[in-house]
Amino acid sequence: MLTQTQIENKLDRILLKVQKPGRYVGGELNSTVKDWDAVQTKVALVFPDVYDIGVSNVGLKILYDQVNQRDDALAERAYAPWLDMEALMREHGIPLYALESKRPLACFDLVGLTLPYETLYTNALNVLDLAGIPVRSADRDETHPIIIAGGHSTMNPEPMHAFIDAFVIGEGEEVIHDIINVIQRVKCQTSQVTSDLRPSTFDRDELLRLLAHIPGVYVPHFYEANYLEDGTLSHIEPTIADIPKIVTKRVVAKLPPPPTKFIVPNIDIVHNRVSVEIMRGCTRGCRFCHAGMITRPVRERPVDEVVEALEAAVKSSGFEEIALLSLSSSDYTNVLELVTKVGEKFGGTHLKVSLPSLRIESVSIDLMEKLRDKRSGGFTLAPEAATERMRRIINKYIPDEDIINTTREIYSRGWTTIKLYFMIGHPSETLEDVQAIADLCKRVIAEGRKVAGMRVKLNAGVSTFVPKSQTPFQWVSCDTPEQIRAKQALLRRELGRDRSIKLSLTDAEDSFLESWLSRGDRKMAEVVYTAWKNGSKFDAWNEGKKYDAWMEAFAEHGLDPLFYTHRQRRTDEVFPWEHITAAVRKNFLFQDFRQSLEGQIRVDCRLDCFACGILPTFAQIRRENPGDVWKCPDVKSPGKKAIPQGDNVNGAVTSDQLAVNSLPVVGG
Amino acid sequence: MRIRITFSKQGPLRYTGHLDLHKLWERAARRAELPLAYSQGFHPQPKMSLAAALPLGFSSTCEVLDMRLERDVALDGLPDRLNETLPPGIRVTHIEQADERAPALQTQVVEAEYQVELREQVPPSELKRRIESALAAESILRERRGKKYDLRPLIHSIEAADDTIVMLLAAREGATGRPEEVLDVLGIAFEETKIERTRLVFNAPQV
Repeated sequence: MLTQTQIENKLDRILLKVQKPGRYVGGELNSTVKDWDAVQTKVALVFPDVYDIGVSNVGLKILYDQVNQRDDALAERAYAPWLDMEALMREHGIPLYALESKRPLACFDLVGLTLPYETLYTNALNVLDLAGIPVRSADRDETHPIIIAGGHSTMNPEPMHAFIDAFVIGEGEEVIHDIINVIQRVKCQTSQVTSDLRPSTFDRDELLRLLAHIPGVYVPHFYEANYLEDGTLSHIEPTIADIPKIVTKRVVAKLPPPPTKFIVPNIDIVHNRVSVEIMRGCTRGCRFCHAGMITRPVRERPVDEVVEALEAAVKSSGFEEIALLSLSSSDYTNVLELVTKVGEKFGGTHLKVSLPSLRIESVSIDLMEKLRDKRSGGFTLAPEAATERMRRIINKYIPDEDIINTTREIYSRGWTTIKLYFMIGHPSETLEDVQAIADLCKRVIAEGRKVAGMRVKLNAGVSTFVPKSQTPFQWVSCDTPEQIRAKQALLRRELGRDRSIKLSLTDAEDSFLESWLSRGDRKMAEVVYTAWKNGSKFDAWNEGKKYDAWMEAFAEHGLDPLFYTHRQRRTDEVFPWEHITAAVRKNFLFQDFRQSLEGQIRVDCRLDCFACGILPTFAQIRRENPGDVWKCPDVKSPGKKAIPQGDNVNGAVTSDQLAVNSLPVVGG
Repeated sequence: MRIRITFSKQGPLRYTGHLDLHKLWERAARRAELPLAYSQGFHPQPKMSLAAALPLGFSSTCEVLDMRLERDVALDGLPDRLNETLPPGIRVTHIEQADERAPALQTQVVEAEYQVELREQVPPSELKRRIESALAAESILRERRGKKYDLRPLIHSIEAADDTIVMLLAAREGATGRPEEVLDVLGIAFEETKIERTRLVFNAPQV
């Protein structure tokens, strides 16, 4: 294996031949470089997309912070090198290395990959391969790092089951420590010298077993999927005793303090900003929304904690932009107080503040006005659909008049550009529903012109709906490629000529790719592997994605992409992710799906708890953290004493199980 | 107040370009709570200028930046304060007050000195011969980005010792000698060298 110095020397010779060499050299302010030999456990955190996108990812930032706070562990970072760099790295025999120490990823004990979206799957394989680590879990042994993945798309981990040793289901802040503790315990037992770069090795099987016992950790190796003749699943079962039949996601009872030491890149990236999560979870219940279903319960961060974190982070990073992150800013209880304080604190300092996901109402305009000295930039709203029928189906009910009144008001208060986000391909959507999107856009512009003249502009972003696991729409069939193309053609025809309206559409092929992966089963792993082998990577980028390679991969394995996309699931179908739960129960999701078919809307669950399953699953945690910490009702009933693990079929999690030091010991 | 900062740019920061370096200094000023002045208008820009763009991949011990501040600040201890908050590859070596009315910094640069470290040895006598022959030439016609020009008058001196070449090149606006062009004339592959800018020469009198 190459040493750091050898890698650095090789890099010096190739970096001037690639675009943006600053992506590959590290040296950023606030990155943490620890003494390699002084810590026991080394973690490489990988965002398998290009540096420019990965560096601002908040999830990895939190984990980087958590691990580096420990004296006995270090975390470094790696990203997927862009195509030009990858070619040169392969040509010169440079393995993928971590930016901080320039050590190859293969030297680390743990490689943690984040998979927030499905189009990163081929890149994840590519990253492992480029690091010289066998891509398949079954081909790895004690000399290789343990490969763990987390992130939203792993709510259905199955298409990646063959490549990842363990998946983290849910929130990572606490479980990362459990995982490191287990690694340390196993390594202490079997400490021996095998190579000069990695001083100790471990018993891989033992480690995997111990990981499988950590609540929220899914080790696919210990589960078996059985299929029916029609290709759907009959059941999924653990193959060893004492591990849960259903892996329940982890949640933190209270949001831990946010990271304030932001890595400051030395080159321009996508989001140059301080981002602080003001709230996690969402109570709106939009049926298409994966994040809204899997990040429950809603936990808010107190206003003062947010403001203090922003101050500290701006001071330590010098960033020119602040983002207050949540799935629905308007629902943050003290949003007005927050915005007022942020406005006072940072007004007139040339800082830009962004507050995404605002509700379509005039209060949102007041909020934005408090944050901006100037009405530069656009104002973004997301109606998602344009007919009453569609809005009832997706449970995002905003009458046309609210949209017109709000957008008119935005234009009249001085913004010239409004961005509206829509989706096509919702269940049972017809061309009339799509036509309504075009009509609504034209009306917004016409009304805007009445108050602000010809300068008003509208950016209409229309993406394609992709049904996701663990949501009420997990049963639905996607539109066929032909249907999507017809709907996109309609929008182009209707909106393409208006100079005031800029229409952007998601590439149809991108959506199909995402669709078959999002609800894919274990068989899809072979398709992912073959598509990657045939050269597809960076599937979210036109420069990398090879759609034909995917089609050939399906053919090679005798699988039909439409089985995964254009197929209405049986109501009693066993899903590939049946053994994974975000604690929102399947029968709740099904009920919600039924209501959708009947056009029934459900109100914000802050107003009325619909018993989605979060509270019974996390009753103990909620009991210990009563009141405003969660936006769920309090749990009043006394707690049951210690649920024996074997009976834990519902996946209920007790606080005992979550305690870091109470992991079960297996075989040692 | 106008201040003039001299700094070095090394290691990973060699791969940070001119525009990104501006951004880096804007953030550094914010971190160090320096009252950086901004232009008026819809997109206010920080008022600062770098003396001369440093090509990507080069290190430097002598970069110079002028920054305009909204009010006077004490310069004592300022280099340390900035260094505490700069990434490891950037080090402030000197800060002084500059004349408010002095012309823009980038118009004042006349020459730049580069030190080139050779990774692959060229026999000293051979290197000497090549340098002498380049310096003896009346003109060295080159083409860069489709434009023909004479490199010779842009070379003010070249000296070699062991595996290091030191060259002093013109660095005026519109008349800038590039070390990699000189290396090419000397038959040395640019990839096999490490180049550092070691001196910027300004028009006298410099405030």
